[in-house]
Amino acid sequence: MATTRRQFLALGSMAAVALASTACGSKSSNGGSGTDDKSTTLTYWASNQGTSLANDKEVLAPVLAAFTKKTGIKVSLEVIGWNDLQTRIQTAITSGQGPDVLNIGNTWGVSLQATGGLMEFGDAEMKAIGGSDRFVKAALQTGGAAGTRPTSIPLYGLAYGLYYNKAMFKAAGVNPPTTWEEMVAAGKKLTDPSKNVYGMSLAAASYTENAHFAFIDAAQNGAALFDSSGKPTFTSSGVVDGVLRYIDLMQTDKIVNTSDSQYDNGTLSVTAFAKKKAAMIINQNNADATIIAAGMKAGDFGVVPFPAPKDAKKDVASHIAGINIAVMKSTRHKDQALKFVNYMTSESVQETLGKPYSALPVLKDGKATFTTDADELKVFTDVYNTKSEPLPLVPNEDQFESSVGKAMNNLFAKAATGKTVGSADVRAVLKTAQDSIR
Amino acid sequence: MAITTTPASAGKPPRGHRRPARHRTGQGRTGQGRTARRAYWWFPYLIVAPAVILEIAIHIIPMLTGVWMSFVKLTKFFIRNWAEAPWIGLGNYQYAIDINTAVGASLVHSFLITCAYTVIVVGASWILGMAAAVALQKAFRGRAVWRTIFLIPYALPMYAGIITWNFMFQRDTGMFNHLLVDQLHLMTSRPFLLIGGNAFGSLVVVSIWRMWPFAFLMIMAGLQSIPTDIYEASAIDGASPWRQWRTITVPMLGSVNKVLILVMFLWVFNDFNTPYVLFGNGQPPSGDLISFHIYNASFLSWDFGTGAAMSVMLLIFLLIISLIYLYFINRSGDDDA
Repeated sequence: MATTRRQFLALGSMAAVALASTACGSKSSNGGSGTDDKSTTLTYWASNQGTSLANDKEVLAPVLAAFTKKTGIKVSLEVIGWNDLQTRIQTAITSGQGPDVLNIGNTWGVSLQATGGLMEFGDAEMKAIGGSDRFVKAALQTGGAAGTRPTSIPLYGLAYGLYYNKAMFKAAGVNPPTTWEEMVAAGKKLTDPSKNVYGMSLAAASYTENAHFAFIDAAQNGAALFDSSGKPTFTSSGVVDGVLRYIDLMQTDKIVNTSDSQYDNGTLSVTAFAKKKAAMIINQNNADATIIAAGMKAGDFGVVPFPAPKDAKKDVASHIAGINIAVMKSTRHKDQALKFVNYMTSESVQETLGKPYSALPVLKDGKATFTTDADELKVFTDVYNTKSEPLPLVPNEDQFESSVGKAMNNLFAKAATGKTVGSADVRAVLKTAQDSIR
Repeated sequence: MAITTTPASAGKPPRGHRRPARHRTGQGRTGQGRTARRAYWWFPYLIVAPAVILEIAIHIIPMLTGVWMSFVKLTKFFIRNWAEAPWIGLGNYQYAIDINTAVGASLVHSFLITCAYTVIVVGASWILGMAAAVALQKAFRGRAVWRTIFLIPYALPMYAGIITWNFMFQRDTGMFNHLLVDQLHLMTSRPFLLIGGNAFGSLVVVSIWRMWPFAFLMIMAGLQSIPTDIYEASAIDGASPWRQWRTITVPMLGSVNKVLILVMFLWVFNDFNTPYVLFGNGQPPSGDLISFHIYNASFLSWDFGTGAAMSVMLLIFLLIISLIYLYFINRSGDDDA
């Protein structure tokens, strides 16, 4: 009964909160949007972009203070970790009680749009934030399904890259790989289980990471996850082969430590990389900050695009990753919220935050500032602009991430505990994942 | 309304049997007493009201909301306006229990896992609790210390306790594998304890660790009520400790055990915290307990209607089991009496 009650309670208390808020709402709001900026306090939920939640607060505090100084609008900041963010957004949308402005993972863009909880950026709203032409087109597309008005605006751009340890590569006499086959060959040379050193580390128990690579590997095979009518096509041979190729890094190629099947977040594999237990990791460019925080120097690692197989149908190296910023439809401070979005996506703030957050610019003529390593900047900018595809822009995208990602967690667990995972097994679990989407 | 046959009320309107009593207590005071009762008739209700209102607000309304949710298609398209979610009758139930689909099959799998888990955890917790309580039944030096030590798992904050187990069960850095492989050399390669088939065993161990102090506490309290002279008398008759336990301790703990086992069953069957903290988001199929399964079905896929349908079925199942249990227990209780 505990669960039942818990869920019922959740809804019941939401209703109670909603009632209570209508009662005291008139006090806190100052009569809807359009009131003067000075008496307004915006609530802003930021996602965890820095090395810790505390670090995020430090980074954002001066930026928000500058905004208050400029406009008089106060901003109350809360930084929310990735494990909680989705649930918190869910609760906020269900209850209509939440922040005025919030960050979302851009892969949730269409799913959250479908809930109707986020404000649409129509012509007037777009104008208020400086027009849609300012943004990188592919990044802006993540804000909503094709042919609809976006409900979120790109804030930080991210892309996957293959990080490698320069010294370890040199010692083993291998070059940074340009194809999947070279990557596996290099990994084999660098793997030495007796010293507990492996060619590569993966966050193999993180369902979001796994889901991203299901998409990227399938895209390299020229396969899509959803057909044109939005129905899932997880069991097509391109997707199955792609998933199996990724699992095989641990299972057949044995360049990944089987222990990685318990790594449920990216930081664990980054730490293995920084501690020289793994020579390569595939991470988004915000890993830079974490790698350096874990003790590696900036010049000790290099980055190349995540390679595709020689006979790949498409040279896809990443999905268009990143963070979007959105305004809740329930906000009572729409004008102020739009001013804030405009400020956060302004050139100067983008440049300021680009460095501590290792983010790529989402503005067309924005300059990447996150590292002084010109090669690295070039690789990530190139991947982001030419080798990235958006994850499926369908409302069920979030279900794809949880169902396929978790299925892959279990495949890795199987491979790690000595059972063999063949393409029939992969197809079976993908069928299960597909059936759970309705 | 039966007309009383007392002389005082004979021939008067059927006012009930109170009348003679009033005659006895004196007229003036009786009149005042009656008025006072009438004026404050609401007072008992007033005292009960907060409890009733809270009960309705905290249990009844959310429960009915949950039942309502199970009949509507409450997906992410409607969570913002959940009053407008379309009514689909038993659709969620059909979807949740159709064993030909992945969703239904995994629900059945999860249900069976939970049954096995419950039987093992409740059984082992009861045995351990009983053993410890009996061992500490007689006074000896240091008994209080042992009692305190045994109760520590129950007193620890749940999250802290389970996350410590999570650390101990880590494959490369965990204490468990260090003990098994490096110290005792029982195994050559380090086993995975939190994924694959071993995860079930780990879950059971952690859960017993959490649950048995409660059984210990309850049984210990029950033992206090057994008079010592019964043991003394049986000892004089030459009963062995085993015989004493079987014929005195167990029967006299009957009422405690009945409640204890029912409560533990309900708690363990519904256990959410142990798998949630121990496994995080990556729950292995072998540790897929039903509460956690329902949470995943509704929260991660935003399909609250199906989650509610599963919850309602779980509620009905537990209700039926509890009623059957109480029926048989009460019947056997009557026989004893």
